[in-house]
Amino acid sequence: MSIIEVSELRKSYGGRPAVDGVSFAVEEGEVFGILGPNGAGKTTTVECVEGLRVPDAGRVRVTGLDPVADHERVARVLGAQLQQSELQARLTVREALRLYASFYPRPADWRLLAERLGLTEKLTTRFAKLSGGQKQRLFIALALIGNPRVVVLDELTTGLDPRARRDTWQLVEDVRASGVTVLLVTHFMEEAQRLCDRIAVIDKGRVAALDTPDGLIRRSAGATVVGFTPSAPLDEHDLNVLPGLASLAHKDGRITLSGTDETVNAVITLLARHRVTAHQLRVTDATLDDAFLDLTEVEA
Amino acid sequence: MNNALVNPAVLRAEIRLFGREPGSVFWILLFPTLLLVILGSVPSFRQPDDSFGGLRPIDAYVPVSVLLGLLMGGLQGMPQTLTGYRERGILRRMSTTPVRPAALLSAQMVLYGGASLASALLALAVGRLAFDVALPRQPLGYVLALLPAVLAALALGAAISALSRTTKIAGAIGSAALFPMMFCAGVWLPVQAMPDMLARIVGCTPFGAAAQALNQAAAGHWPGWSHLGVTAAWTVLLTAAAARWFRWE
Repeated sequence: MSIIEVSELRKSYGGRPAVDGVSFAVEEGEVFGILGPNGAGKTTTVECVEGLRVPDAGRVRVTGLDPVADHERVARVLGAQLQQSELQARLTVREALRLYASFYPRPADWRLLAERLGLTEKLTTRFAKLSGGQKQRLFIALALIGNPRVVVLDELTTGLDPRARRDTWQLVEDVRASGVTVLLVTHFMEEAQRLCDRIAVIDKGRVAALDTPDGLIRRSAGATVVGFTPSAPLDEHDLNVLPGLASLAHKDGRITLSGTDETVNAVITLLARHRVTAHQLRVTDATLDDAFLDLTEVEA
Repeated sequence: MNNALVNPAVLRAEIRLFGREPGSVFWILLFPTLLLVILGSVPSFRQPDDSFGGLRPIDAYVPVSVLLGLLMGGLQGMPQTLTGYRERGILRRMSTTPVRPAALLSAQMVLYGGASLASALLALAVGRLAFDVALPRQPLGYVLALLPAVLAALALGAAISALSRTTKIAGAIGSAALFPMMFCAGVWLPVQAMPDMLARIVGCTPFGAAAQALNQAAAGHWPGWSHLGVTAAWTVLLTAAAARWFRWE
């Protein structure tokens, strides 16, 4: 049984569908990413998983339970970090950790959690005095304090500086290593590519694609990118008819094209036939960025 | 235990947070008694006065100070705090735990209800010790008059919070409601000294009725059912409004 099951989920606000038939299943122990542009319906989807919203239609199960009807039992095994929420301004870090620990039957040791998240120095600091990164770490701690089986992290690193972001990624990897399933909502490709085992790309309230990060890149039209500066001009027509070509661009005499492995072979053959040397030849895999743009473009 | 109406850990945290708000502590706990002390320092307030039915004005101002504490808690304290908790997603954050956000609502009610009662006790004690104002001669009746007044103030606060989208709006409505309620409770002119017609109109408001019930109990009578009924009816009405329009997010 999947630890999270979502099937044919629908939710509208004022007649406008925010989520329009989303289905996916998250297996125990994986990091599952929900990736999509702003307003795609990512947050609404996870809010239904958290039991904060009642779906209009469809089925949501967390460890086999309905998050709305069985809210309390689901809340005991699901820890959540919300996109926008605060704590009482004058509540200290220690008080927040102890208070939230008291809500769960078998909480984690808040001292260890504080240490793991680098909050030990800040235990007596009030919430309002914490920096953005410290607040974010406190919310991760609160998501983990009930010893959950699943954590939902929504836009975890938005607003963090690059170093704090990397530290947070390490933390997610640690959480996963301790056997907790992670549902991660993000619009950062790099984050999704680095952390996720599988990704559902959501666009306009629907799942546009669901695969591993590598799978998403491979299945997109321009999985491989070739860049070179030819020693002599090449015929534009010859380039345009390359097999599997997904994109072609000229800039300052340099040619950048994307396509499949077949495209790469054809380029090399073409260069050899015309005895043209390719200076500064670079062949790279496309990033998830490219795949994402490709996938959400097709939908549009 | 998580299903209990009041979560003890949440209540403890809210009490601690209340103690960290010097403004709330002053206006709810100390200000009503401070007003009593200032008025009591005026010599004429310590002389029996015919318009107060032979009572000294200071005698009439003890129940007024008691009601003022309730109004400060119910109208100035609770609506802003609760609306702020909703506005800043604190209620939502709690919705993702096994404890319902109702735990915060109930903790706030217990906290402000308790602070109002503490303020009332302080006013009674200072009135007795500093100005020789007799303690209520019908104590049970006094409690019976006070409880619906506390509940009415909390219900009014909850209703304001339900109708306010932001903390600023809650503050504005709270302040706008505070002055007429203070007038009815007799802050400017105790109900005993009001002209008959005015006293009758004020007697239809939750705190005007409560003031008359407190005065009766202070004088040793059993508070009239009509006064208790008016305050209780307002409490039911305001609670229904709060329940109808309150949003967790």
